[in-house]
Amino acid sequence: MAQKIYETVIGLEVHVELATKTKIFCGCSTEFGGAPNSHTCPVCTGMPGSLPVLNKQVLEYAVAVGLATNCNITQYCKFDRKNYFYPDNPQNYQISQLYLPICRNGHVEIETAAGKKNVGIHEIHMEEDAGKLIHDEWEDCSLVDYNRSGVPLIEIVSEPDMRSADEVIAYLEKLRLLIQYLGASDCKLQEGSMRADVNLSIREMGAPEFGTRTEMKNLNSFKAIAHAIDGERARQIELLEEGKAVIQETRRWDDNKEYSYAMRSKEDAQDYRYFPDPDLTPIVVSDEWLSEIKAKQPEFRTEKIARYQKEFDIPEYDIDIITSSKHMADLFEATVALGREPKKVSNWLMVETMRLLKENMMDPEDIKYSPEHLAALIKLVDDKAINGSVAKEVFEVVFKEDVDPVQYVEEHGLKTVNDEGALRKTIEEIVAANPQSVEDYHNGKEKAIGFLVGQTMKAMHGKADPGMVNQILKELL
Amino acid sequence: MNILAYSAVELSTAIKEKKITVREAVEAVLDQIDQKDKTLNCYVTVDSAKAYAQAEEIQKKIDAGELAGPLAGVPVAIKDNMCTKDMLTTCSSKILGNFIPAFTAEAVERLQAAGAVIIGKTNMDEFAMGSTTETSAFGVTRNPWNTEHVPGGSSGGSAAAVAAEECFFALGSDTGGSIRQPASYCGVVGLKPTYGTVSRYGLIAYGSSLDQIGPLTKTVTDCATVLETIAAHDSKDSTSVEREDTDFTKALVEDVSGMKIGIPRDYFGEGLDSDVKTAVLAAAETLKQKGAIVEEFDLPLVDYAIPCYYTIAAAEASSNLERFDGIKYGYRTESYEGLHNMYKKSRSEGFGPEVKRRIMLGAFVLSSGYFDAYYLKALRTKALIKKAFDEAFTKYDLILGPVAPTTAPVLGSSLSDPLKMYLGDIYTIAVNLAGLPGISVPCGTDKAGMPIGLQLIGDCFQEKKLIQAAYTYEKTCGGFSIAAERER
Repeated sequence: MAQKIYETVIGLEVHVELATKTKIFCGCSTEFGGAPNSHTCPVCTGMPGSLPVLNKQVLEYAVAVGLATNCNITQYCKFDRKNYFYPDNPQNYQISQLYLPICRNGHVEIETAAGKKNVGIHEIHMEEDAGKLIHDEWEDCSLVDYNRSGVPLIEIVSEPDMRSADEVIAYLEKLRLLIQYLGASDCKLQEGSMRADVNLSIREMGAPEFGTRTEMKNLNSFKAIAHAIDGERARQIELLEEGKAVIQETRRWDDNKEYSYAMRSKEDAQDYRYFPDPDLTPIVVSDEWLSEIKAKQPEFRTEKIARYQKEFDIPEYDIDIITSSKHMADLFEATVALGREPKKVSNWLMVETMRLLKENMMDPEDIKYSPEHLAALIKLVDDKAINGSVAKEVFEVVFKEDVDPVQYVEEHGLKTVNDEGALRKTIEEIVAANPQSVEDYHNGKEKAIGFLVGQTMKAMHGKADPGMVNQILKELL
Repeated sequence: MNILAYSAVELSTAIKEKKITVREAVEAVLDQIDQKDKTLNCYVTVDSAKAYAQAEEIQKKIDAGELAGPLAGVPVAIKDNMCTKDMLTTCSSKILGNFIPAFTAEAVERLQAAGAVIIGKTNMDEFAMGSTTETSAFGVTRNPWNTEHVPGGSSGGSAAAVAAEECFFALGSDTGGSIRQPASYCGVVGLKPTYGTVSRYGLIAYGSSLDQIGPLTKTVTDCATVLETIAAHDSKDSTSVEREDTDFTKALVEDVSGMKIGIPRDYFGEGLDSDVKTAVLAAAETLKQKGAIVEEFDLPLVDYAIPCYYTIAAAEASSNLERFDGIKYGYRTESYEGLHNMYKKSRSEGFGPEVKRRIMLGAFVLSSGYFDAYYLKALRTKALIKKAFDEAFTKYDLILGPVAPTTAPVLGSSLSDPLKMYLGDIYTIAVNLAGLPGISVPCGTDKAGMPIGLQLIGDCFQEKKLIQAAYTYEKTCGGFSIAAERER
């Protein structure tokens, strides 16, 4: 019997935490951390008599993401209540959108080894995050922290258009970049500011109907997503080959065991009794405001790459890396705008910055130093005020603490000594103290001069201009 | 003069004229409560220590000229579904029996800023669900006119407290008639403002799209004064509206000449008590004598108002009351096994039967498979009712009718037949569905001596017309209060 060929069909539900300063329906801070329940008020703890008021920035971000993903914006939209009892949800209903989500019918273009394709976006809706339950095994009780309660989220629901883990990751990367470029979120999977639930089914290649799907949750990295997709595909194929049926259910991925297990089946599905939230008036996105948001849309990555290719004489590879992070691209452009050569700026980003990011396990978004300080450092090198090795040393401090390199070099006496008299005097002493090396040099051992340069640099604490040292040495010898 | 016989505005004037002190006013009210409230049970909470402390503070401000408003120094009672910081707020429910809010409702704060002295919190139907104040977890409130009768509801405690002179005025809330109907039963003035006029921030929600806070007072002047004080846009309430015409006391003008008043025939049909009918039509005649143009017209769809209301209000209530789960505050059952058992037991023990009935009804009409047939249909009906009123207001300035089909029923006669009780809301409910303002003004008594209320309904934001007509009627009839009755 011929081996059957299966196709994987994947749709994604992606939750993105928006980068607003305050929560979606109250003025509490969205800042991460803080003592439990320190970022709370009567609204986000569901106290009797409290009422929600929409944070307009949330709406603006949601509309901006919708525009960036080619969605239709629902200019008259509403919030609905999703009713379910759980202690992390202080009102026992979540304010979300079901009937009239803010964005519908969009798409993004993705590119994989298999080529380019569009992934459809079914809808994007706004909702509030829940609090966090902490189970205290010792005291045998559960505690609730409502600091996250009311943090704004958007949920981006794709069409079932993806066929492989590669496509899923390309889609997520694409969303991440679009949203980061908009400044609407930092989209960090590990930290939970971007969360993806994978809906997956399989069918025989060419079959007209979709198979029964499962939903997988708790996927905290691209790696976990890829593994979970491969694992779930294999599990479903095995079931079908054994003549069993796939059950529609929610499964939880365990990244350590690299295995998913069933959380709840469709039969347990709750009736959320959605209905329009009477505490929030319908939202009207005016034509004027919509065009304002449109006008504010930034240059996205594809456009940026094209412009860099035209404007800057730097390698394609550099452009690819730099534009893969909005923050890095901003840093690059700002430093160039301060008068530094693009190639040099790019080098500092590509070599030293990437090395330090890797060493410290940081993302490009975490780069702390300012373009002013990078520009100042490059200028110090350009002006020969410091040499290359000192520059690297100073850069590490700039990277870590964003110090002013000019001031730092001054305070730590790292400036290259350009006083020829003093340098000549030191070299004369070195030459006098190393007759053997001098002789070796005269006997044609070119290497000997390297030793003398090294000795001089050491005596000068690395602050001499190597070119000048070479020149004086050759004169003296 | 007997301090208690003052209206709120008269009392404040007397205080400012140094005829009496704020403390004396508070004392008079607390004495009255001591004497009467054991029988009447208007209050769930009386906080005399806080009242005296406020009295002292307010007196100082009045003496220093910092408080000159018409409510400065006046003792007020607050319905127990409005949050008061550091003061028990129970909604007359066991589930909130120990609940002390961390903040004060916006409307109450506005009264405090105007120098009113909070005496305590008044009894109500549990979570404002009921028409008699008999569903309270803390005992029934009795009607001061005849203690065998109910005071109406759900703001029964507030209405009875005003009628019994246990306060000078009170705040109530009205979702389907809960201010106007008890005002009518207790012979006081009660006004439900246009939806969005008074902030709902701090009002523990029953039916969020219908709830409005409003005054219960001895006179129309007090009513306009209190409304003027509490009506304001509030950025904490998304449904709060911005309006500039909140100088309601300007409408205290004795003149209805040329005012067009429509009487819906549908409001005078079957089920209306003949004494009530006679009194209300006599009131219409009085306004006609004063120059109003009064005519009958048809207001269809009234029959649909009750099912429409009970669907929408119950749906919203079922969701609004989900937060009472025994986790964060309020009543939690003594013993339980696991989370869901705790939810079930806390809520089963914490809520009374009428609240449970409405939660179940609301959950049912929102559940999948029934949502379209009930909830959505109710929303469409609501829109049609609004449209019918819109049409009426192209012809009339005001609509006049009874507040309730009968006067206050005797205690214990209503709860056994909830459907019949629901039908009693027929004349008040449509006003909430359409978001309109409505006022109840005393217009006589029935053969048994129980008060009857006249209802005037205005178009959205037309409270001034209501006040002007009610004021004219009150002046013409020489006022009508429990004190006047007593002296008669």
